[in-house]
Amino acid sequence: MSEHETLEQRLSEQGVSRRAFLKFCAALATMMALPPSSASAIAAALSQAKRPSVIWLSFQECTGCTESLTRSHSPTLESLIFDMISLDYHHTLQAASGHAAEQARDDAMKAFYGKYLLLVDGSIPLKDGGVYSTIAGRTNLDMLEEAAKGAAAIVAVGSCAAFGGLPNAQPNPTGAVAVSDIIKDKPIVNISGCPPIPAVITGVLAHYLTFGELPALDELGRPKAFYGETIHDRCYRRPFYDQGKFAKTFDDEGARNGWCLYELGCKGPTTHNACATTKWNGGAGFPIEAGHGCIGCSEPKFWDAGSFYTPLSAPAADVASISQAAAVAGAGAALALSATDRAKRQQVQQSREKLTLEDLKGN
Amino acid sequence: MSRTVVVDPITRIEGHLRIEAETDAEGRITQASSAGTMVRGIEIILRGRDPRDAWAFAQRICGVCTLVHGIASVRAVEDALKYEVPANAQLIRNLMTGAQYIHDHVMHFYHLHALDWVDVVSALKADPKATSELAQTVSPSYPRSSPGYFADVQKKVKGFVEGGQLGIFANGYWGHPAYKLPPEANLMAVAHYLDALAWQRDVAKLHTIFGGKNPHPNFLVGGVPCAISIHPEQEGKGRGPHHRGGEGATSLNIVGLANVQNIIKQMREFVDQVYVPDTLAIAGFYKDWSTQGEGVGNFMTYGDFPEKGISDPSSYLIPSGAILNRDLSVIHPVDLHAENEIEEFVSHSWYDYSVGKDKGLHPYKGETTLHYTGPKPPYENLDTAKDYSWLKSPRWKGKAMEVGPLARVLMMYAKGHAQTKELVDMTLSKLDLPVTALYSTLGRTAARTLETKIIADAMQGWYDQLIANIKAGDVRTFNETKWDPSTWPAVAKGAGFMEAPRGALAHWIVIKDGKIDNYQAVVPSTWNAGPRDPQGQDGPYEAALKGHKLHDPKQPIEILRTIHSFDPCIACAVHVTDPDGEELVKVKIK
Repeated sequence: MSEHETLEQRLSEQGVSRRAFLKFCAALATMMALPPSSASAIAAALSQAKRPSVIWLSFQECTGCTESLTRSHSPTLESLIFDMISLDYHHTLQAASGHAAEQARDDAMKAFYGKYLLLVDGSIPLKDGGVYSTIAGRTNLDMLEEAAKGAAAIVAVGSCAAFGGLPNAQPNPTGAVAVSDIIKDKPIVNISGCPPIPAVITGVLAHYLTFGELPALDELGRPKAFYGETIHDRCYRRPFYDQGKFAKTFDDEGARNGWCLYELGCKGPTTHNACATTKWNGGAGFPIEAGHGCIGCSEPKFWDAGSFYTPLSAPAADVASISQAAAVAGAGAALALSATDRAKRQQVQQSREKLTLEDLKGN
Repeated sequence: MSRTVVVDPITRIEGHLRIEAETDAEGRITQASSAGTMVRGIEIILRGRDPRDAWAFAQRICGVCTLVHGIASVRAVEDALKYEVPANAQLIRNLMTGAQYIHDHVMHFYHLHALDWVDVVSALKADPKATSELAQTVSPSYPRSSPGYFADVQKKVKGFVEGGQLGIFANGYWGHPAYKLPPEANLMAVAHYLDALAWQRDVAKLHTIFGGKNPHPNFLVGGVPCAISIHPEQEGKGRGPHHRGGEGATSLNIVGLANVQNIIKQMREFVDQVYVPDTLAIAGFYKDWSTQGEGVGNFMTYGDFPEKGISDPSSYLIPSGAILNRDLSVIHPVDLHAENEIEEFVSHSWYDYSVGKDKGLHPYKGETTLHYTGPKPPYENLDTAKDYSWLKSPRWKGKAMEVGPLARVLMMYAKGHAQTKELVDMTLSKLDLPVTALYSTLGRTAARTLETKIIADAMQGWYDQLIANIKAGDVRTFNETKWDPSTWPAVAKGAGFMEAPRGALAHWIVIKDGKIDNYQAVVPSTWNAGPRDPQGQDGPYEAALKGHKLHDPKQPIEILRTIHSFDPCIACAVHVTDPDGEELVKVKIK
């Protein structure tokens, strides 16, 4: 097999037709919320690609992000690592251990200097010289800085690498920080979530492989295609919020009829992620569908934003008055309210959009 | 000439593990030291928080055995508050835990452990037709076994190797003489590596239906979060005045339940048709591993999978107890609350104790002060005569205990569990090995496979019971009575335990004025991977490696085989920190 063989050639050798390949590209375009015309651009880019090198570093993490990646239905992990990328260093999946593993990373860093994509999961402890996490006798900081030098771009996978995550939660015993707190001279994309949705990880990789650049990002470094809207705004239970119908406990009539979980602490209104649209595990569901409020896991500092079961207090006045009115007047009146009082709802929406989890601290 | 062989990172595990092994002139390991090299401090982070939130924090101890810490946590809070959960919630927890075992064990076998036994590159030499014949002999009912299928898989691997981009397979110890499988068996195993990747994606959906996502599904103190959105007509009651539609409004609807049934079927088929036959087939080539890698010879379980609620141990599928020195005729009772039974030592760990580093402390009195005394990074070697790990050394009545699949299978075998006995006897007779072969690297790996079958079969019973309850009109999944913290006593203490895939797991909680005052977890991989104690007794990993002969110290595949047979989970094992070094509250339970 030639060194310069392309993805399309490889797929064709494996019996994947040109037509199926184009279909795959179209699916990618849809997933990345790109115009249909970009499918051909994706096809052109992937047809030329030799598998780019990816180095994945794991620091203070629980391996949930890697586990999530293995659950990706499209592209699958198999197609990702066999057809799209060359995963040259990844603790959980690689065959080699010890010296041989470190050698594989060194080799990839040298051979693809300036070109490889660096993925990181887990936070980096800085306290006491970084002794709280070492690999092969080296601190995480040391290893990150070395690998970042030759990286074309960095992807911080999961809320720990993106924002510091659980290790960074108060009182942050090990001085854990995010990748972007350390590396300042490389493009970084934050794929937050605890863990992130697998299709979001693979989707960002596909975007990078296709266009040679990172996707459009929000102010927190997250791809807008997936983090552009709140869970709440895309939630299938949203109509019940608008009607003032709330589950009051976890197996009451409201809970069993799929009413809004706002009063049980759902953080959907302040959480930007694609769970409600992309869903989890091949469309099998997402947290709210399975009766538990969103815990806000793709937002910075969500671990320190109060109990998961305390209702969001802001925009407290507006929502409380709506739901109180609903409670007093009954379901019919609530329906009428939602139909007539559009201005008020808009106001609620506006104030909600300004709300961040930082605002909720201490509530 | 003696030398120190260092393996860091140990890959294909969860977390950050380092092994340093002293070898003699023949390359035989005379002493091994197991070091956990990462710590986060989750218990400290938990202090002062709402106990009902604890499960989400604790669950992030590990994303591989995702959910086990969530379950141990809600059980700890429920134990403290004497909080009963509805029958359906218990069944759903059983189903979720069972699914976790099956998912986790299969992935461990194919994606983490297999490459110690399967030479990927050798698969290129296989004849696809002969591979097909082998596959159809090993597992006559598994459909993906045609010559064309194996030829395709081989082509895929070939492209990888010849393209010079081996990716995750780069720098494996391919061609090492310790690899004994014929090319056809290697090719079959590589094909099943890929099949298992696809399979696990689908069966993980069971957690999504009940818990909203996987990894890290959601849990709830007092029950399970997912309401059942099926509204059965109750006899004589009709649909009732409260019924206002909403049929199917949650993922736990009729479609979700049918999906769960389908997943249970898929799980059992893969276990029966692929996992069990592959384990037996591969084991047949590695019988030399049935006499090494045992470890400490002591085994412990806490028990799990209650049929009638956690307070009735007689209804557990997996019983609780301790086995000492391989003596299966005596099962010692284990009491999590007795202060002279479970103790943690720090004499070789990077922690201080106010009572002195050579004393042990029960988790209730647990006291942990981070104190790193190891070499300044970057370093070449740890000082294994002194402190060398972020793991503590748990002991039961002063003894190092192995926990996990081998402990559970031995416990069920010793207690005369019929299916366990049948499976163990079948395995030993097929491999023509004596019962002592269980106490080995091979035995541990086989035990994991056998318990997967036992649990996969049990899943159907829990599912049937859940359906029967719903049919009878019982759709309760949550007990609201103690949800409100104003109903709690000022101080409450409890322990939650479970059998996680990697072994006995327990969390201890102290609640004061509605907040977490203290939180402690002693987890399976701490039992297995912890360092030596003040008496110089090795932890199970360390003991298991002793006597291994390394064919080539630069390619220490022998170390990987035995360490992987325990399925390390090091993020789990290291997490207990208390930088303030306060004396933790003394707790008495029951």
